[in-house]
Amino acid sequence: MKQDIILAGVGGQGILSIAYVIDNAALAEGLFFKQAEVHGMAQRGGAVQSHMRLSSRPVWSDLIPRGEADMILSVEPLEALRYLDYLRPDGIVVTSSTPYKNIPDYPDLDNILDAVRKAPKAVIVDSEKLAKEAGTVKAQNIVLLGAASGFLMLKEAGLKTVIEALFKGRGGPVLEANLKAFDLGRKAASGS
Amino acid sequence: MGRQILLGDEAVALGAVHAGLSAGYSYPGTPASEIMEFLVRLAAERKDFTAAWSVNEKVAYEEALGASFAGKRALVSFKHVGLNVAADPFMNSALTGANGGLVVVSADDPGMHSSQNEQDSRYFAQFAQVFCYEPADHQEAYDMTREAYDVSERFGLPVLMRLVTRLSHSRSSVETKEPRGQNELHPGAPRDWTLLPVNARRRFGLLLDRQAEMARFSDGSAFNVLRLNDKDRSLGVIAAGVGYNYFREACGPDGDLPSFLKVSTYPLPEGLVRKLVEHVGSVLVVEDGYPFIEKQLKGLFGIAGKTVLGRLSGALPRSGELSPDSVRAALGLEPLPALAKSGLPLAGRPPQLCLGCPHADTFKALNKALESYPGSGVFSDIGCYTLGALPPYNAIETCVCMGASISMARGASDAGLRPAVSVIGDSTFAHSGITPLLGAAASDVDMTVFILDNSTTAMTGGQPSFGTGERLLRIIEGLGVPRERVRTIDPLPKNHEKNVGIIREELDHRGLSVVVAVRECVQETRKKRS
Ligand code: SF4
Repeated sequence: MKQDIILAGVGGQGILSIAYVIDNAALAEGLFFKQAEVHGMAQRGGAVQSHMRLSSRPVWSDLIPRGEADMILSVEPLEALRYLDYLRPDGIVVTSSTPYKNIPDYPDLDNILDAVRKAPKAVIVDSEKLAKEAGTVKAQNIVLLGAASGFLMLKEAGLKTVIEALFKGRGGPVLEANLKAFDLGRKAASGS
Repeated sequence: MGRQILLGDEAVALGAVHAGLSAGYSYPGTPASEIMEFLVRLAAERKDFTAAWSVNEKVAYEEALGASFAGKRALVSFKHVGLNVAADPFMNSALTGANGGLVVVSADDPGMHSSQNEQDSRYFAQFAQVFCYEPADHQEAYDMTREAYDVSERFGLPVLMRLVTRLSHSRSSVETKEPRGQNELHPGAPRDWTLLPVNARRRFGLLLDRQAEMARFSDGSAFNVLRLNDKDRSLGVIAAGVGYNYFREACGPDGDLPSFLKVSTYPLPEGLVRKLVEHVGSVLVVEDGYPFIEKQLKGLFGIAGKTVLGRLSGALPRSGELSPDSVRAALGLEPLPALAKSGLPLAGRPPQLCLGCPHADTFKALNKALESYPGSGVFSDIGCYTLGALPPYNAIETCVCMGASISMARGASDAGLRPAVSVIGDSTFAHSGITPLLGAAASDVDMTVFILDNSTTAMTGGQPSFGTGERLLRIIEGLGVPRERVRTIDPLPKNHEKNVGIIREELDHRGLSVVVAVRECVQETRKKRS
C-alpha cells in the first residue's frame, strides 16, 4: 500500500501544518514516509508545494515521480492546477474554491474550477466559508485536511490526535475551531 | 532510543549532538538554516553545549575551529556559497588539522531554489583534500554525522558533510542511538596550529601522506554499496546521495536491478568503482550537482571500451536538480502515464515582499527620488529586498554575493557612475558590508548607501541580526561616516514625501552618505504578537 500526495498552496497558507499532521499520523501508524517541502525565498507569497509520500514499504525518492501522485490536496484553486501532470490518470484533486489573489493576472475563477472538475475525481470545498463557520478563517488548511481525510490511507482518529497535539498549546477555542474545521471539511467532501 | 520525525538538516544536527557536540556555529542560509535552528532550540533546553549564530560563515568556521583546537567536538554549517566565505579557514584547517572532531556541513542547492549559483561542495572537499560524506536519506544523515566525528578525530582532519536541498528540506523518521559524551579539554600543539611556512610545509606533507589511508577507508565504508548483476552486464549505475534514491525509485519496488554502486563517501571508493566498471559495458553516473564523479571517471581520454553516461554525456540534464523523472529517462524507461495539464494558461506566482513590508516603502521612495537622476546605478545584495528586482519595483540592478552592494557601488562610482547607490540589509551589512564601508569612508567615496534595518535576518526566517538599531548607527559612525551624513528614515506610506526629500539631499551630496531605513520586518512583529 502506498499513497503519494502533492500538497499545494501559496507560501504562508499553512500547507506545512497539513504535512505535519499527516507525518505524525503516519509515524503513529508505523508507516514509512518522506515529505519534501519548500523553505526560503519561495515562501514569501510564492507558489509552494510539498511532496508527501506514505507507504507500507520503505520510500526511496523524496519527490513524487510524474504520474505517481494519487492526490493533489490544494488550499488554493489555481495552485491545484499547477501540478496536474503529476497525477495518476485515476487520481483525485481535493481543493479549496477560495482564491488567493496576490498576483495581477489571476485567471477567471470559474475557468479554474471548471478545469479542476475535469480531473478524474474532484472535490471542491469552500474552505473560507467552512473555516469561518468553525470559528476561525485561519483554519482553512485544516478544512482541506478534513476534506481529504476520507481518501487518505490514515485513520481519522489518528489525524485528530495530531491536530489536538498541534493546537493544544494555543488555547481551547483555537483547538475546538480546528477540530470543527476538520469535521466540516470531512462532511463537505463526503457530500460531493 | 526511538524514532523521531526530522528534516534532513535536523538529522545532521541531532547526529552531531549525539556524537558529543560541544559547540556549533552557523550563519543562516537556505537550505542549511534549519541545522542551527534545531541546535539553538536543543541547546536552550539542555544547556550542556553551545549553539550560536555567527556574524558570517568565516567567523562561524573559525569559532568552530577554535573549539576543535581546544579538543572539543565542533560543527559549522552553512549553505554552499557560505563555504566560499569560509574558504580561507576551511582550506587552512586541512593543514592545522582538527584536534577535537570538526564536521563542516555545506548544503548545496542544485536547481538554485534559493541561491545565486549551484556550485558543488564536493569540489571543495577535493580541493582541501579532506574526507566527505554524502547522505542519501535521513537515517544516513544522522548516522554519517555521528561517524564523521570519529573519522575527523581518526585522521585529525575536518570532515565535510555534503547535503542538497532535497534532503535538507525533506522530513522523515530517524532511529536514534545511544548518545556519546563530550570530549575533555585537550588543546592542540602550537607547532601544528601555527601555519608559519616551516610548520605549514610539514603539515601539508602530513595531509598528503594521509590521502592513501583516506582512499582505503572510503573503499571499506559500509555506506558504499556494490551489487553486481551477473545476468545482465550491459549497464551499471553509479549513484550518489539523493541520486541513488531516484535510481531505486525508477527501478520499482520489485524490479530487477542492474549492477550498481552507491557512492556515499569521497575520495571516491576507487576499488569499488573499478569492480563495477570492469563488470559492465556502459556506466551511468547519477549525481546531483556537478558531474564530479563522471569527470573523474572519464578523465581526459575516457575508459577504453566503455561508455560513460551522465550529465556530461547528455543522458541527464547538464544543470539543475535531478528528479525521479530525469533519472527514469536516463535509465531508458518510459515515462509513467500521467494526467495532462489542464491547458488553461496558469499565471505564475513568483515570491514577493510581504504585504506591508518596510522594503516596499523604501523602494518606492528610492525609485521616486531617482527619477531625476537618469545615470544612476543601484547595487543590491542578498535578502528579502533582492525581490526589489522584480515588478512592481524594478528597483535594483545587481545581486551577487553578501556585501557586494557596497564594494560594487564604490567601484562604479570610481568608474564615473553617478549617483552610485547601494542597498543592503542590516544582517548582510554585519556579515560583509562593514569592511567595504570602512574603505569607502576612508576616501569619502561619492556614493549613497541604504541600510535597510528591519532588525532581523528575514529571508531565512528571522534569525538574530548583530548590527541593528542604535548599535548599527554607532557602527556606521565608528567606520568614519560623518554624523551629518548618516540619515534615518521611517519607511511608511505616510512618510513617503519626506523620505523622498531626504534621499534627494543625500543623492545630491558629493561624497559618502548612509541612509538607514528603520522599520521592523512585519513577520517579526507578527511573531512577537502571537
Ligand atoms: S519577511 Fe519581513 S523583510 Fe521579508 S518580505 Fe516579509 S516583511 Fe519584508
